[in-house]
Amino acid sequence: MNKIHRHFEDELSQLSELTLRLGGVAEEAIGRCLRALMERDSELAQRVIAEDEISDRLELEIDHLCMEILARHQPMAGDLRFVVTVMRITPELERISDLASQVCERSLELNGEPRLAAVIDIPAMAERARTMLRRVLDALVQRDSRAAREIIQMDDELDRRMDQTFRILLTLMLEDNKVITRALRLMMVAKYLERIGDQVTNIAEQIVYLAEGRMIKHMGDAGLTPKPHP
Amino acid sequence: MITQEQQKVMTKLPFGTESAPSERESATAADFLVADAHMEVRGLSLYYSESQALQGIDLRVPRGKITALIGPSGCGKSTLLRCFNRLNDLVDGVHIDGEILFDGQSLYGSEVDVNLLRKRVGMVFQKSNPFPKSIYENVAYGPRIHGTRSKASLDEMVEKSLRGAALWEEVKDRLDKSALGLSGGQQQRLCIARAIAVEPDVILFDEPCSALDPISTARIEELMTELKGRFTQIIVTHNMQQASRVSDTTAFLYLGRLIEYGVTETLFINPRKKQTEDYITGRFG
Repeated sequence: MNKIHRHFEDELSQLSELTLRLGGVAEEAIGRCLRALMERDSELAQRVIAEDEISDRLELEIDHLCMEILARHQPMAGDLRFVVTVMRITPELERISDLASQVCERSLELNGEPRLAAVIDIPAMAERARTMLRRVLDALVQRDSRAAREIIQMDDELDRRMDQTFRILLTLMLEDNKVITRALRLMMVAKYLERIGDQVTNIAEQIVYLAEGRMIKHMGDAGLTPKPHP
Repeated sequence: MITQEQQKVMTKLPFGTESAPSERESATAADFLVADAHMEVRGLSLYYSESQALQGIDLRVPRGKITALIGPSGCGKSTLLRCFNRLNDLVDGVHIDGEILFDGQSLYGSEVDVNLLRKRVGMVFQKSNPFPKSIYENVAYGPRIHGTRSKASLDEMVEKSLRGAALWEEVKDRLDKSALGLSGGQQQRLCIARAIAVEPDVILFDEPCSALDPISTARIEELMTELKGRFTQIIVTHNMQQASRVSDTTAFLYLGRLIEYGVTETLFINPRKKQTEDYITGRFG
């Protein structure tokens, strides 16, 4: 392998590493936003909001590196698909950190009010979103389209739990109009977590593209059936 | 949307390798598949004395499109190109098995007039090779030896060909000057004008830009794109960016074998064979 090619390989490894770091930051943010909410920890919530800037910076760094690789090395085939995939999933990962920050913003508001006693699915939703994210990052490393398709299917459960949370909170609001503000804030939290599932689904679709060169976006269930590889 | 008829043709034609393209890719591939093959290579093997340079090549060259042949040095791509106008006949000890059909007729049949064949299948070489004559004479030479005598007809052909090669505006005031006074890029376009002056059906390009700067290269590539539809073009190139920019279909050859053939976009984004992937991503060997 010549020097220039080695440099190219190094840049691809660096790109992979930065993307995983951004994913790690997002994964941690989900866990911390849940803790801040459940334990009413305003200090932690503020820290998560402040540290959102780390993922903003990483996103720009990754974007810059992608442009540099495209301009200097004109990657082809699997390398091209990898760079394009990273360019597409980076904003999704950054958005996940943003959503975790927004959960923390609602937590700060909720912490100033009495706790709303209701059995709702928010912790389970956050855990599921976090598991999906962790698994999608593994699938990215392995370029595993089968795992990516399984992750896409996990999103349905997240949607169901959000609907259930909405129903419970709506009932509470109908029963007692004093809880409306708090219930609305929790509804927003549930919506943010459900959005994280959507972002992970987008990432998983890109991983199928990376591994198979097949774009399954907007294909619905048809995209979930793998094509036999030659 | 692919019609049922196209689908039928697609499954029948041995396009590319044995793999079926995905549904999105096949929509692009269908355009070429339904188009008739202008040249069709069937089980072609070529031997230089003892050594075998091509091994059982099957390839359909779509009419009016640009087909690129890529692969490392010595893979047989230039040898294959030279089979299309029987230039290999001139090499001692060459033996060929299999056949090439040109508009359905065998190219290597005993009744084929090779001179006429080379009129129908023009060629542009790596190094521009204008005759040491005037610009006008370079272009008029072909039509004249093929029987055009009248000055008016020759004038018309020269202008048409030079316009076709995007050279007319640059040379119209100095047609009687030596072709050797032109720049490298202009000389190469003059060779293209010379090739199209005899109104061929197919033009073969053997590394036409390897000695040219990026601007002259861009002009040749633009010209090739303009000539699409009128002529079937086959280009051998070491420059993969060039293959991906200009061609409609690309064939990757390695050690005399056709490893993969398909729609250019698919081959460069999602090749099916590991050897192709390794070659185009620079991880070869």
